[in-house]
Amino acid sequence: MMSTRRSSEPLWWLLFAAGGTVAAFLLPVQIFLTGVIAPLGWAPDAFHYERVVALLRHPASRLYVLALISLPLFHWAHRFRYGVIEGFQLHRAGRLLAAACYGTAVVLTLVAAVVLARL
Amino acid sequence: MRTYQRPLPLLWWVRTPAYLRFVIREFTSVFIAAYLVLFLILLVRVKAGPEPYAAYLRWLASPAVLGFHVMALAAALYHTVTWLNLTPLALVVRVRGRRVAPAAIIAVNVAAWLLISILVARLILR
Repeated sequence: MMSTRRSSEPLWWLLFAAGGTVAAFLLPVQIFLTGVIAPLGWAPDAFHYERVVALLRHPASRLYVLALISLPLFHWAHRFRYGVIEGFQLHRAGRLLAAACYGTAVVLTLVAAVVLARL
Repeated sequence: MRTYQRPLPLLWWVRTPAYLRFVIREFTSVFIAAYLVLFLILLVRVKAGPEPYAAYLRWLASPAVLGFHVMALAAALYHTVTWLNLTPLALVVRVRGRRVAPAAIIAVNVAAWLLISILVARLILR
């Protein structure tokens, strides 16, 4: 008998592909800006508190930052899930790992959405 | 039905360079996720006010955290290069019935990546 149960795999793969693309195009520059330039004080005007708040409160920035955080997290969830399952041969824990990985991405997306909405 | 699965050594990917590169590529995503968590905390600190924000920037400037960000940057660049190199496999473009060369698709992607990076940097740094 053929199974008629639909797989959720296409959804996770779509999020993986979208997240991989967002990460490839935006994360190098983003990591350099907020992880190196801002802490070292190379651009004090740009990372001045009032300026950062004003920039983040723009609706376009909120959407940009939400996509920037959320989609690559689903990319991580997918790669980490299969990387751990195949790399360490944990096929038996597959369902648990999938739930933990995608669950983490969903929870962090919700946290980011709430923080951005209340900023 | 259970299919036969050939037994593999636990760390089957260690000895073959191509497999090792594949696993390294998969695990660049761990650095990316860790960076995104630190970035999310930055937003939480911004929301908390100017003092917590300044304190967090001081923490980000400590050698260990700065070192992490440099490694995360290297991992992100490795992801970018491998991802853009794979696009011709996922994307077959035809112009007037002829297939566009994979190298041309990669070149367009790299150009778009550089342009977007400069644009984002200029927007944030003014």
